[in-house]
Amino acid sequence: MTNLTDLTVAEIRDGFRTGDFSAREVASAFNANVAAARALNAFIVETPDKALEAADAADKAKAAGETLGALAGVPIGMKDLFCTEGTQTTAASHMLEGFVPTYESTVSGKLWAAGAGMLGKLNLDQFAMGSSNETSYYGNVISPWRRNDGGNAALAPGGSSGGSSSAIAARLCPAATGTDTGGSIRQPAAFTGISGIKPTYGRCSRWGIVAFASSLDQAGPMARTVRDNAILLETMAGFDPKDSTSLDLAVPQWEAGLSSDLRGKTVGIPKEYRPGGLNAEISAMWDRGIAWLKDAGAEVVEVSLPHTKYALPTYYIIAPAEASSNLARYDGVRYGQRDLPDGAGLQDMYAATRAAGFGPEVKRRIMIGTYVLSAGFYDAYYTQAQKVRALIARDFDQAFEKCDLLLTPTAPSAAFALGQKQDDPLAMYLNDVFTVPASLAGLPAMAVPGGLDGQGLPIGLQIIGKALDEQTVLNAGLAIEERAGFTARADKWW
Amino acid sequence: MSIDLQTVKKIASLSRISVTDAEAEAMVPELNNILGWVEQLGEVDVTGVEPMTAVIPNHQRLRQDVVTDGNVRDKVLANAPQAEHGFFAVPKVIE
Repeated sequence: MTNLTDLTVAEIRDGFRTGDFSAREVASAFNANVAAARALNAFIVETPDKALEAADAADKAKAAGETLGALAGVPIGMKDLFCTEGTQTTAASHMLEGFVPTYESTVSGKLWAAGAGMLGKLNLDQFAMGSSNETSYYGNVISPWRRNDGGNAALAPGGSSGGSSSAIAARLCPAATGTDTGGSIRQPAAFTGISGIKPTYGRCSRWGIVAFASSLDQAGPMARTVRDNAILLETMAGFDPKDSTSLDLAVPQWEAGLSSDLRGKTVGIPKEYRPGGLNAEISAMWDRGIAWLKDAGAEVVEVSLPHTKYALPTYYIIAPAEASSNLARYDGVRYGQRDLPDGAGLQDMYAATRAAGFGPEVKRRIMIGTYVLSAGFYDAYYTQAQKVRALIARDFDQAFEKCDLLLTPTAPSAAFALGQKQDDPLAMYLNDVFTVPASLAGLPAMAVPGGLDGQGLPIGLQIIGKALDEQTVLNAGLAIEERAGFTARADKWW
Repeated sequence: MSIDLQTVKKIASLSRISVTDAEAEAMVPELNNILGWVEQLGEVDVTGVEPMTAVIPNHQRLRQDVVTDGNVRDKVLANAPQAEHGFFAVPKVIE
C-alpha cells in the first residue's frame, strides 16, 4: 500500500474521493508522523482529535453521497499566527501563552469549511519576527535537512513560517498555512525544499491573523508541489468585509488554469539581484532556472530595479513602525499575560507585562518602530521610507512594462546552522534581501525548489509576478518544477 | 545620528517596556547598528515622490450603519488576566 504521508494534497483529495483510502486513514497516518517527530519541535500544539473529527465528517459525507468540500479528507498544519477558536494561539510568544481565541480567523475558517482538518498549530518566529525560527518562546524549530558532511549540525528551517516548512518537508503534513511579511513563506520554503506562494496583498483576509506589519502581512499556502499551492490558495483567498484591505475580487480557478507552457511570456532578470558577492551555487541555480523557463517557451530579458538596495532598510523602518503600533495592544489588560509587581500602578503593569511577555527580537523591533515614529524623527525615517517604498513599487511597474514575471533567487544561501546568525540582527535581516522588495510592492511571489547544493541542501528560485497575476507565477513555478524534477528529501533521523 | 543610553531608556519608556540598566546599555550599540544602516535611505532623491499609502489600489468601503455584532461580553472577557463583575480589572489608577 502507498505510504499515505508521502501523498500530495491533490493525491489525497482525489484518492479519498475515488475510495482508495478513507479520510480517517490519512489523518491517522499524519497524526502518527506528527507524534513521532517531536525532535523537530515543529508544532506548539498538536490537535490529533481535530484532524480525526474533520476526517470522520468527510468520510460520513462521502458515505452519505453529500457534496464534498474542495479539501475534504485533507489534513493540514496551521501556523500558530492564525486564531483558531477553542485552540490556543500564541504567535510563538510568552505574551499570548494560554490565549484561547473565541473566534476563528477568516482564512483558517475557510479551510475548515472546505473540509480540511487541523493536525496542530505550527511553531514560528515570535510574532513572525525572524528568519530562522530561533525567536520562538517555545524553542527552535529544527529543519529535517542535514548537511552531507557527516556532521549533524541542526539547521534552520527558515522563518518565520519555520514550523510549517519543517513539518511539510518531514511529511508531518501535506500542506500548511504560512504568512509572509518580508519573506516568511518563501525563505523557509527555499530552506527546506518545498514550495510556497505569497499572493497579491489583499487576496487573503488578514482578519484573525495576529498582526505584525499590516501593510505587508499576507497569508499564503506552503506545500510540496505548485498544484497543491494552487489548490490551497483557491480556498484561502477571497473578499472579506472584516478586513478593510481585502480585495473585492473573484477568486480565479488557479488549479484549472495551471499550464507550464510559457510561450508568449517574457521573463525579466533583475540585474541588481546579482551583486558581486552572490554565492556561486545560488548564481548557478539562477542560470539553470533561466534555462528552464526558456525551455518552457518564455523569452528572457534583463531588467533593472534600481532601488533594490534600499528595500531592506525601507522594510526595517516600515515593518517595525507598524509592529510597534500593532503590538501596543498587549497591555496585560484584555488578553495574554499580565505581570503585576507588588504595589505597581497601571503604567508599571504595562511595562512589566511587556518586558516579561516579549522576547528580545520583538522588543528590539518595537523600540526601533517607536523611535522612527517619535516626534522629530517621523519625517526623516518613516515618511522617507514610505517615499522610497513608492519608488521601489515604481521600479517593478517599469520592469513589468518589459516583462510578465521576474525570476530571482529566493535566499542568498542554503539553510544556515541554528545559532550561526543569532548574535547579529543585521546579518539575519540580510537574509531577506531577495524577498523583501516584492513584499514592499504587494506583489505575488513564489518559491520553488530547484535542486541541492554541494552540501546536499535545497536551494530554490523565486518568481515575482504582476499584481493579481498569481496564475502566471504558478505557471512559471510549474514549468520549473517539471524541469527541476526535485524529489530529494531529508533522511529521517528524528 | 547615534543614540545614547538616555535615549534608549526614553524609547523603552515610550514603548512601555521596562528595561534594566544592563539591558539598556546592551541595546545602545544594537539599536545604533540598525539605525545607522537604515539611515542610508537619506541619500535617495525623493523629490516629488508621494509617500506610499496603499500597495494595491483599493477603495475604502462604507457599510450600512447597522449593528452587526454584540452580546458577546463573556467571550470578550474570556481571556482577560483579571475580569470582575463583567469588566476588565486593572490596578487602582486614581491615587
